[in-house]
Amino acid sequence: MIKFTPFESQIVPMPMDNIDTDQIIPARFLKTISKDGLGDQLFCDWRYDAAGTPKPDFILNQDWAKQCQILVAGDNFGCGSSREHAPWALTQYGFRAVVSTSFADIFKSNALKNSLVPVVVDSATHQKLMALPRDAKVALDLAAQTLTLPDGTAIQFPVDAFSKYLLLEGVDELGYILQQDDAIKAYEAGRASTLNTLAA
Amino acid sequence: MPKTIIEKLWDSHVVSEKEGAPALLYIDLHLVHEVTSPQAFAGLRTRGLKVRRPDLTFATTDHSTPTTPKNLPIIDPIAAAQVKQLETNAAEFGIPLYGFHSDKQGIVHVIGPENGLTQPGMTVVCGDSHTATHGAFGALAFGIGTSEVEMVLATQCLPQRKSKTFEVRVDGTLRPGVAAKDIILALCAKVGIGGGTGSVFEYRGSAISALSMEERMTVCNMSIEAGARAGLVAPDDATFEYLAGRKYSPQGAAWDAAVARWKTLPTDEGATYDQSVTIDASTLEPMITFGTNPGMGMAISGAVPDPANVADPIERESLRKALEYMALTPGKPLAGQPIDVVFVGSCTNSRISDLRAAASVLKGRKVNSQVRMMVVPGSQPIKRQAEAEGLDRIFRDAGAEWREAGCSMCIAMNGDQLTPGQYSVSTSNRNFEGRQGKGGRTFLASPQTAAASAIMGRVTDVRTLLG
Ligand code: SF4
Repeated sequence: MIKFTPFESQIVPMPMDNIDTDQIIPARFLKTISKDGLGDQLFCDWRYDAAGTPKPDFILNQDWAKQCQILVAGDNFGCGSSREHAPWALTQYGFRAVVSTSFADIFKSNALKNSLVPVVVDSATHQKLMALPRDAKVALDLAAQTLTLPDGTAIQFPVDAFSKYLLLEGVDELGYILQQDDAIKAYEAGRASTLNTLAA
Repeated sequence: MPKTIIEKLWDSHVVSEKEGAPALLYIDLHLVHEVTSPQAFAGLRTRGLKVRRPDLTFATTDHSTPTTPKNLPIIDPIAAAQVKQLETNAAEFGIPLYGFHSDKQGIVHVIGPENGLTQPGMTVVCGDSHTATHGAFGALAFGIGTSEVEMVLATQCLPQRKSKTFEVRVDGTLRPGVAAKDIILALCAKVGIGGGTGSVFEYRGSAISALSMEERMTVCNMSIEAGARAGLVAPDDATFEYLAGRKYSPQGAAWDAAVARWKTLPTDEGATYDQSVTIDASTLEPMITFGTNPGMGMAISGAVPDPANVADPIERESLRKALEYMALTPGKPLAGQPIDVVFVGSCTNSRISDLRAAASVLKGRKVNSQVRMMVVPGSQPIKRQAEAEGLDRIFRDAGAEWREAGCSMCIAMNGDQLTPGQYSVSTSNRNFEGRQGKGGRTFLASPQTAAASAIMGRVTDVRTLLG
């Protein structure tokens, strides 16, 4: 994992509540056995028509949006399935943060494992972001936990300390668990299993 | 201090807890399927890691497998490759697999309980958000992403933050024609699709105690549709009765010891919850969804809501867009809406009691000539059981398709799908845009409502067909 560094970007507004993972990446693209090639399928059914041609009025098809690294969406973003293909598709498109008033639990957890920062803001800030002119840039600093608006206002956002540490240092979570092997062994020694043995 | 079952489950699985880091939680059962696991196994290979507890890990194929007869090959080459990959991974890492051709194959959340793998007091995870189904047994069961699948494979543990406790109290007696599915659809409509975010539900109250294990699974299954990470029901005699004698249930003295332990799990007298909601089962009607998320549901006698009456601008726009996608008129009743397809199946409603419920409505009647009805049992054993009871004949005689087990049109990855603009009444759990096929429009309902709607060719209140 690479270290997460501060950046500045225009935003892509998507003023819809409850954008679910079936919209972010439809299930038919889940038959892959790799993590690659999902960026082009991000929001596929909103983005392309039946013939696969990009719909010009969909925001991600507009030239200016192609460089944007911050998506601003409505409440409860990422609800639905546990597919990690959702953050994979978002990051492969180029997003590094999603801003919303709230996130679904599993999406949030999956995003943090893929260097995609879920930024929760209050609704006043959310409205301000939605109303920004297209060329306005917003700065995200994870270390400081701030989102800085074009007028210089720095909005604090919450991130749990552990996830923040992993992201900033580029440390991977599995490595962290593997270090706790002694504790796991001790737990296993005292654990009562009621399974009528699956052991081969 | 008195504890809820949710806290008891949590406390008994904490491996370590360090300042500033989430707790490390031990996982008792890890269920694996073909869609969310290939990248996790690839990760293990890259790191040179083994599966720590293949004896606590179990795999099946369900999501992308066809439900056409088993002697036909999997036509979709990408799905076939995914199924093959799981077979390779299971063999290489020593994980038991109920594969595509196994006589025990089925939907991951159906076969866990069916084989006694799911037990009270366990932590259960799977790379699938409907893992909460297993909560019906008094297990803490939740869906995880693929990175977490890799972590559990490698270490049998997950870093987790404690969820809030959320009591869902359902008292009263369900009226005829009203099913367990209607309880959970009513909860989704009441708290909204994000209402349970950050929480684990405990379903309790007289209406929950009165439910069979299969009905409890239906309720717990859709906890995620109300935003909750998990949902559970404390174990009781119905739980023990269901589990006794199943393949992986404890036997003999181990069974008695297990039951004694399981009896200590229910929430203590006087324990408190972070949040509570109550539902009166005796006033519930059959439910149906009208929109594009499971929270957009109502009693079947109701009218489609009008966005003009919604104050919040984003909420209003979301409802407007949902109704536009569904091509429904605000203010009009949904009953009577013509439909094209009826799907009875999915981990929500594909168990034997669901099939019996649908068959009891269909018996001696015909599926409307405008409607394609598919019945997809949750597992091969359920399919055989239904055939032994003659349910397949009732479905076939009525003109419905009787298919092989799998997820099928719940997720529409396997070729079973709606065409653009079609309407379905479906017993599955999600009505998101395109969930059952690009451009398809889904009304979620109980098996009874689905069967009644199949007969009439339009959305139908099953109570109008009850003798
Ligand atoms: S039936 Fe549907 S919800 Fe259940 S496991 Fe399969 S795809 Fe997921």
